[in-house]
Amino acid sequence: MFVSYKWLSEYVNLGGMPAKELAEKITRSGIEVEGIEVLGEGVKGVVIGHVLEKEKHPNADKLNVCQVDIGEEEPVQIICGAPNVDKDQKVAVAKVGAVLPGNFKIKKAKLRGEASNGMICSLQELGIESKLVAKEYAEGIFVFPNDVTPGEDALAQLNLDDEVLELGLTPNRSDALSMLGVAYEVAAILDTDVKLPNIEFEEAGERAEDWIKVSIEAKEDNPIYIARVVKNVKIGPSPLWMQTRLMAEGIRPHNNVVDITNYVLLEYGQPLHAFDYDRLGTKEIVVRRAQDGETFVTLDDTERTLSSEHLLITNGKEGVALAGVMGGANSEVVEDTTNVLIESAYFDGQRVRQASKDHGLRSEASARFEKGVDPNRLQAAADRAAELMAKYAGGEVLAGSVIAGDIDLEPKVVTLTLEKLNRVLGMELQKEEVEDIFRRLQFGVKTDNDQFIVTVPTRRGDITIPEDLVEEVARLYGYDNLPTTVPEGATYPGGLTDYQKKRRAVRRFLEGAGLNQAITYTLTSEKKAKEYALETRELIKLAMPMSEERAYLRLSILPQLLEAISYNNARQIDSLGLYEVGSVFLKEAGEQLPREEEHLAGALTGVWEENQWQGEKKAVDFFVAKGILEGLFAKLGLAERISFERAQADGMHPGRTAAVVLDGERIGLVGQVHPQKAKELDVKETYVFEVKLGPVFAAKTEGVTYEPIPRFPSITRDIALVVNADVQAGALQQIIREAGGSLLKEVHVFDVYEGEHVEAGKKSIAFSLKYFDPNKTLTDEEVVKVHDHVLEALRDQAGAELRS
Amino acid sequence: MEQQLKELQTEALAKVESAEDLKQLNDIRVAYLGKKGPITEVLKGMGKLSPEERPKMGALANEVRAAVSSAIETKQAELEQKAIEEQLAKETVDVTLPGRQVEMGNAHPLTKVIEEIEDLFIAMGYSIAEGPEVETDYYNFEALNLPKGHPARDMQDSFYITEELLLRTHTSPVQARTMEKYKGQGPVKIICPGKVYRRDNDDATHSHQFTQIEGLVVDENISMSDLKGTLEVFAKKLFGEDREIRLRPSFFPFTEPSVEVDVSCMCKGEGCRICKHTGWIEVLGAGMVHPNVLEMAGFDSKKYTGFAFGMGPDRIAMLKYGIDDIRHFYTDDVRFLRQFAEHE
Ligand SMILES: [Zn+2]
Repeated sequence: MFVSYKWLSEYVNLGGMPAKELAEKITRSGIEVEGIEVLGEGVKGVVIGHVLEKEKHPNADKLNVCQVDIGEEEPVQIICGAPNVDKDQKVAVAKVGAVLPGNFKIKKAKLRGEASNGMICSLQELGIESKLVAKEYAEGIFVFPNDVTPGEDALAQLNLDDEVLELGLTPNRSDALSMLGVAYEVAAILDTDVKLPNIEFEEAGERAEDWIKVSIEAKEDNPIYIARVVKNVKIGPSPLWMQTRLMAEGIRPHNNVVDITNYVLLEYGQPLHAFDYDRLGTKEIVVRRAQDGETFVTLDDTERTLSSEHLLITNGKEGVALAGVMGGANSEVVEDTTNVLIESAYFDGQRVRQASKDHGLRSEASARFEKGVDPNRLQAAADRAAELMAKYAGGEVLAGSVIAGDIDLEPKVVTLTLEKLNRVLGMELQKEEVEDIFRRLQFGVKTDNDQFIVTVPTRRGDITIPEDLVEEVARLYGYDNLPTTVPEGATYPGGLTDYQKKRRAVRRFLEGAGLNQAITYTLTSEKKAKEYALETRELIKLAMPMSEERAYLRLSILPQLLEAISYNNARQIDSLGLYEVGSVFLKEAGEQLPREEEHLAGALTGVWEENQWQGEKKAVDFFVAKGILEGLFAKLGLAERISFERAQADGMHPGRTAAVVLDGERIGLVGQVHPQKAKELDVKETYVFEVKLGPVFAAKTEGVTYEPIPRFPSITRDIALVVNADVQAGALQQIIREAGGSLLKEVHVFDVYEGEHVEAGKKSIAFSLKYFDPNKTLTDEEVVKVHDHVLEALRDQAGAELRS
Repeated sequence: MEQQLKELQTEALAKVESAEDLKQLNDIRVAYLGKKGPITEVLKGMGKLSPEERPKMGALANEVRAAVSSAIETKQAELEQKAIEEQLAKETVDVTLPGRQVEMGNAHPLTKVIEEIEDLFIAMGYSIAEGPEVETDYYNFEALNLPKGHPARDMQDSFYITEELLLRTHTSPVQARTMEKYKGQGPVKIICPGKVYRRDNDDATHSHQFTQIEGLVVDENISMSDLKGTLEVFAKKLFGEDREIRLRPSFFPFTEPSVEVDVSCMCKGEGCRICKHTGWIEVLGAGMVHPNVLEMAGFDSKKYTGFAFGMGPDRIAMLKYGIDDIRHFYTDDVRFLRQFAEHE
């Protein structure tokens, strides 16, 4: 909502307060002033001129030589190229020495041999936006009405000495969508009165009800409809002050009748529609729901297909206006309109919202209906428009209004106790202070003991419960005066849950391991949403995505993380590691909400360890990625319960991919991105992992239990085994563990070899086994017994021979 | 003989003095003090001496032996020290060469901001509550006093999946869900961080995905001044002790009264680009929990009051680090991410 300072001061005595100060006060009390536009900023030295003579320029077809009276002793000669310049016009003249927007200075000039001492201006040249300039002046200079005097300040005449406050209204404050609404707000802030417009006009002998009948078939959508008729209007321009006010509010002037409906809309916040009475075709107005598929041509000459969700104003046969949204081309006020029907109605917000949404027609009118208009202003607005049409369009107002339906005009009564007010605010306000604030708001207030019985005018439809009154008091009393305390009462056990603590630990670990945390988009393309999914599901798609790239909820994080790797690779960053902790979305049969599963994903590429001057460089490989996971699981106390099994997955290297297994359940994968896939994604050799965090975090909930530090020595035996090349170390380790029993404390691989000295198709794997008994020193015989058992098991189960 | 011994001592001491390494010194030790050394040789002629002179000569010989031995020991210590110094000198490294880097990653700037805020409120006794990113229309809107058709729904244009399901537009549904879990029994004191989604075209200041943190306290006798006090503590801890806050009236459907909370700018009111020359930066939305919201979540609004507040970590991170484009947070360019490695 734009608010002209000058216009506002017609309703409220602003006492000459600077606009900036006023804006600050309004903002601090409840409505944010988002900006102040100083009209005519940077314009100086523009006066009214009277074109006395106009002759064709001798040397230029499109130029005219004008003699212009600018209120000085002698007329000045000005060359003007505007097509509409003419003798006897009153125009805006930028004198020599004047300044126009953009610091454009007017100097004496010669145009094709003829002297030009100034410039006749268009409105655009004075800084008014083209879209606000009335069509007739859009291509040329602006012509003033005749009652202005040469030499007087043209900017004042054009209201370009005004300032406009731009209000950012929250949805509840639709009361401030009118000058009068803003006036009430400002009057409350400044503790002053509101001067309402004094509506006075004569009514003709003829009665409106003899001209028009109104009936409402959709009473819920349109509880009340008021019609007034003004006959014998003469369509022409509206008065200059009205035009300039409309322009200041961002509305383009058209003609007097249309401008008046817009003016009253801005003044009262009540949208009006003016029909050409004679073009209605019948003498009746019937308000009803449109039929599905019914067509209707709006005044922008667009045919609209309606549905039964839309409310239509008809002449009893066909549509004449889409209620609250836009009039029809068939009944629009035109140049030769003589009789006008003014519609002032209450349309249901949701109905208007539906139509404006379906047809993409948001307007000043629809915006107000959507938020609810003040039922008590319907009649006043119709009367005000009638008055102005009588005054500025020469019309005669027919006696009375035709009113169909009715609406509750009673103000709402809301009660509030002083105790509650002070309790909610944490203050100690006195009864009188509170009463005074309600008085400033022009709310009725009666006090019954500790209770305020507040009568809230219908213009403030947003106030319905005691808490709304608390807010009114608080905002006008000023939040700066609110004390600062902190909640008292029971102390609360705060802190992180076990899950949240572990998630933080995971992040710290991965960062310590050299990975940077990434955050990618949850929404992705159909293709990416499915890739690398640990579990497949039917995808979840947005009903109305903004693009196909962001249309589906992801089943895995890796595709997005690989996109980030690709982004970095494309910028000459070859070595990096990223991880992300985020949710994937699994559709569950029979459940309304998808299951949101938190995953950890990581991607690594390029050089992992490097020391340039020492010439060391180690590239990321499978074991770097796996090692990170192993370290992480050890950190979480799961080292013994996690294993890795060779696995196949789409988009992964067939020989370098493992499933991550926790207590026998597959919870993730780790491995190399398939080289072909890497090529497709534009990433270098990249290793990735993705793991479900839920089962990982749930697996071990008990804390660390101390184990005594060994008091007895352990015995270590190293063995080198020769096995078939396809035997996996993990399998051998498993055999060793089982056969080793309780005395086998540790086993790890320390060498893997294939090639010379080993038979083709075989490989050598060396393990180091540590035997230990916590209760005594082991004897050689005891170890030999167990160790032989291990070797026997290896031979029997894996065909493993000791390497000689 | 006495003369001989003294000459021997002088000769030996001179040799010890000029010894250049431990081997030479050892040769000297063997040469002079060994069983076949000259002192022993000289003492073999003791038989020719008178019995009175014998003990005298014996003592003198021992003195010479001791003097040489002591000189050798001193020299040995000296040479050993020298040898160590020479060895260490050989081991000298160029200390100006770069050290071996321990490559560390770091948290995303949004996580840094979110964790900082979480910790700040945890210290004040809050818990962290989390909820689903795909929400029902009920929790995202209706339970928050935004019935279907409410004009304020336009403030948050949303991504619907079905008519009843959407990507949450704020983290407030977590408040509603958490309150329900408390079954009308206060106190509730939570912080809800998370990802949220709105139908915005991605540009420098808009992102269809961003983060939010909301806070909620519900108990008997929670007041608006408690809200102001809490947010003041928060702002001073997050932005600096010299910062002030101010409350401006505003509107949110789920709070009444509602306020917008500004934090004084680091320009100390002088006006700068960041605060658009107002001296204040808008950081939070807040208010007293709307009685409808309390009631819908099963709390008696006559007995309980509460406050809620919400803020955008994206915006706070942008302010804090001077980031000019929100898209940086979701592009994951490591040249961006690595800038947040420093501890603050
Ligand atoms: Zn500043």
